[in-house]
Amino acid sequence: MLMCMPLWSVAQTEATDAVEQTAGTTSSLSEALSGLTSRSFKEKESAIEKLAVIDDPAVLPILKVMLDGKLHYVKETGEVVFVEKTEEGYEITHAETGEVIGTVSKSKLKKIIVNNKLRRQLRGEIAQLSIRNPDADIRMAAVQEIVKNIDEQSVAILEKLVAREKDSDILELANVGLALWYVQSEDKVTRLAAINTMADSLMPSVKASLENILETDSDLEVKAATRRALGKIEEKIKYYAFLENLIFGLSLGSILLLIAIGLSITFGVMGVINMAHGELMMLGAYTTFVVQQMMPNYINTSIFVAIPLAFLVAGFVGILIERFVIRFLYGRALETLLATFGISLILQQLVRSIFGPTNQAVETPSFMSGSLEINSIFAITYNRLYIFIFAMLVFAILLLILKKTRLGLQVRAVAQNRAMAKAMGVRSEWVDALTFGLGSGIAGVAGVALSQLTNVGPNLGQAYIIDSFMVVVFGGVGNLWGTVVGGLSLGVLNKFLEPWSGAVMAKILVLVLIILFIQKRPRGLFPQKGRAAEN
Amino acid sequence: MRQSIFLQFFQNDKGGKVFLAVLLALIVVIPTFNLLVPADSAFHVSTYTVTLLGKYLCYAMLAIALDLVWGYCGILSLGHGAFFALGGYAMGMYLMRQIGDRGVYGNPNLPDFMVFLNWQELPWFWYGFDMFWFAMLMVILVPGILAFVFGWLAFRSRVTGVYLSIMTQALTFALMLAFFRNEMGFGGNNGLTDFKDILGFDLQSDTTRSALFIVTAAFVMLAYIVGRYVVTSKLGRVVVAVRDAEDRARFIGYKVESFKLWVFVLSAVLAGIAGALFVPQVGIINPGEFSPLNSIELVVWVAVGGRATLYGAAMGAVLVNYAKTYFTAALPEIWLFALGGLFIVVTIFLPKGLVGLWNQLRKSKTKAEP
Repeated sequence: MLMCMPLWSVAQTEATDAVEQTAGTTSSLSEALSGLTSRSFKEKESAIEKLAVIDDPAVLPILKVMLDGKLHYVKETGEVVFVEKTEEGYEITHAETGEVIGTVSKSKLKKIIVNNKLRRQLRGEIAQLSIRNPDADIRMAAVQEIVKNIDEQSVAILEKLVAREKDSDILELANVGLALWYVQSEDKVTRLAAINTMADSLMPSVKASLENILETDSDLEVKAATRRALGKIEEKIKYYAFLENLIFGLSLGSILLLIAIGLSITFGVMGVINMAHGELMMLGAYTTFVVQQMMPNYINTSIFVAIPLAFLVAGFVGILIERFVIRFLYGRALETLLATFGISLILQQLVRSIFGPTNQAVETPSFMSGSLEINSIFAITYNRLYIFIFAMLVFAILLLILKKTRLGLQVRAVAQNRAMAKAMGVRSEWVDALTFGLGSGIAGVAGVALSQLTNVGPNLGQAYIIDSFMVVVFGGVGNLWGTVVGGLSLGVLNKFLEPWSGAVMAKILVLVLIILFIQKRPRGLFPQKGRAAEN
Repeated sequence: MRQSIFLQFFQNDKGGKVFLAVLLALIVVIPTFNLLVPADSAFHVSTYTVTLLGKYLCYAMLAIALDLVWGYCGILSLGHGAFFALGGYAMGMYLMRQIGDRGVYGNPNLPDFMVFLNWQELPWFWYGFDMFWFAMLMVILVPGILAFVFGWLAFRSRVTGVYLSIMTQALTFALMLAFFRNEMGFGGNNGLTDFKDILGFDLQSDTTRSALFIVTAAFVMLAYIVGRYVVTSKLGRVVVAVRDAEDRARFIGYKVESFKLWVFVLSAVLAGIAGALFVPQVGIINPGEFSPLNSIELVVWVAVGGRATLYGAAMGAVLVNYAKTYFTAALPEIWLFALGGLFIVVTIFLPKGLVGLWNQLRKSKTKAEP
């Protein structure tokens, strides 16, 4: 008990200190706020100045609301409040404390009016306050806002920031902002220095400003520097445009890879043309939809449930197709094509009868929305990034299954020489069913990915079936690596043609190129060699 | 002498004789019952039915064309709809030019959709289509040349089987995408429509409809006779040999590519003519005709009727399309199930189609009797 006494007393003094401190700021805060309710703009101005130096998190939102012209005070008490219109009337919240006071009628309230001069002042104070914020993201956003519209006032703010800022990204942006201002200076040396700073930036406003200088500035040296800077920027833009095409192409390619890789197994390893492949993808997409309907509060987790489930659903349907239809048609490739096409029609109509002919809305998990911004002209959306990684993962797993497991060994044996494999004791019928199930399951998994990219409707499969055949044929039948190279290179080719010819024309050109390519190499990029290549 | 050749290639073709006889009967009966029997009589055939039958016959001709390459040459083309549509577009362009200044915008030179797109003059590839003979030449040449170039490239480098099927599918898919573009100058999405008259005859009149029906039926007969002639000739025998054992035929010394190419081009031309007959009766041609789905459906007509019989293919086309007309009106939900089921049942249980089934039944009957 005795031991505790001093400790307790210390705690008590600290508490009183804290109370005093808050009381101090609150009193000056309310003092400043009461200044806002004045009729005179002069007094409002000085009240804003007072507010801006108070170190309280409540200040920034008050200023922002005031800038929007939506700050009110209660006529009777003079309390400054935030107002929200509800069905019953106007709900008011105390601006200082954030306490909800109650709902009142409009006549009890008075709006705090701002004029242009005050607006300018508010904007400056808000910028300064945000720039002092300890959170780097808020500072960055504030600097971005300032740089958009640079004037004398913002230059002062930026210079203060540059003096103490540690974060290199923010520092760089602030420097570019300053350069955008100093490039208009009378002094040639300042101008040249500014132009040099600007040459490293990719912001559209920088490029516009430099182009403007090139036209208006009379000084030859400055002009030369500007030209150099512009050249540097344009080179970078070209580089990033190239990079963008490449990455978008790889992203498209990874989608092509996903939709084709299951086909590559059934078509390549088994020699079976599965025209229902697209519909198996559709089943995968609908599985995603159903899973989301069943767990609407866990969209993020649902995708991890949907992937294995889609594999099982599509794989199961695939095994059924193999057992009841394809089994009777081995060795008659063209007939398999027709029969599986019939299956695809039935699956389409089945889905249409159950879910209706309209597209279903599949939600995107939050971690897949948004984009990764590399710089001001180049960003990659997360869903493309994840789908690329996913495609590679699926490919790696498939490769492992085929190369390292017993099933894989048997699949390859049957593909190479069915009779010999049978003689060695491989149950070839069982292997066929499982291979077809595996290929179909992967189609289902691809469907989960597609549900994040396109509309989930009964026609989803049809839209992709020709693309997936093209990839398999282009890459070389029976060769998983061929499918990867084929898918990725077709994707990249498509994206590089697009800016030059337009999206539809690019697709047509790619089709024509593949048709011509097949004439040159009838067995694709990586043809099968040896005995498996016969027939 | 002439008759003896005729007799020769009909000698073992009972089905063909029946087929031609039925067509001949249709040519006489249908227009008579449409034009001469009063509308309130029970025997009257409505103009709608005449047009519908004409449409079926166009499909029948297309099926004969496909049967030539698939049944006899073993080339499963999944892009024959493309040749059909190209022939249709050539005819459509002629009919479009015939509209003249009667279009909505009243421009004597430019079709409505070009005026709508703010085009100032006719694109070069539309020149000449105001003349009937030129358009008909194009109906034959455009599909023919496309088939020649595609076939020459493909057969020479020995693209066969499934690969060839997928390539033909890619061909028609690429054409569909191309024709959907407005910039191509073929009316884009809407295609060509609002036709007024053909060779000066009003397309809406009953007489023109009946005449078109007669012409179509005559062309189906002609297609059958040409096809039959080709497959019974020496060339036809070689083609069948190529189908059954391509390598052996090559080793014996036949230039397999040339034979395949010949049949492929002939088939494409027949498909083009079928398309040209189709358009004035249906009154529209749009890029949807290029859709790969159409071409695959066409394959199932042939499979249902029976491959390598020609008349079986034509019969299959009429039957499946009749079923389609019936189901899509009465039970639209069922149609795709029925079509899908048909694909599966025919490939697994009826590899020779209905004709094969008929022959089998007759054989077992004659066996059972004695």
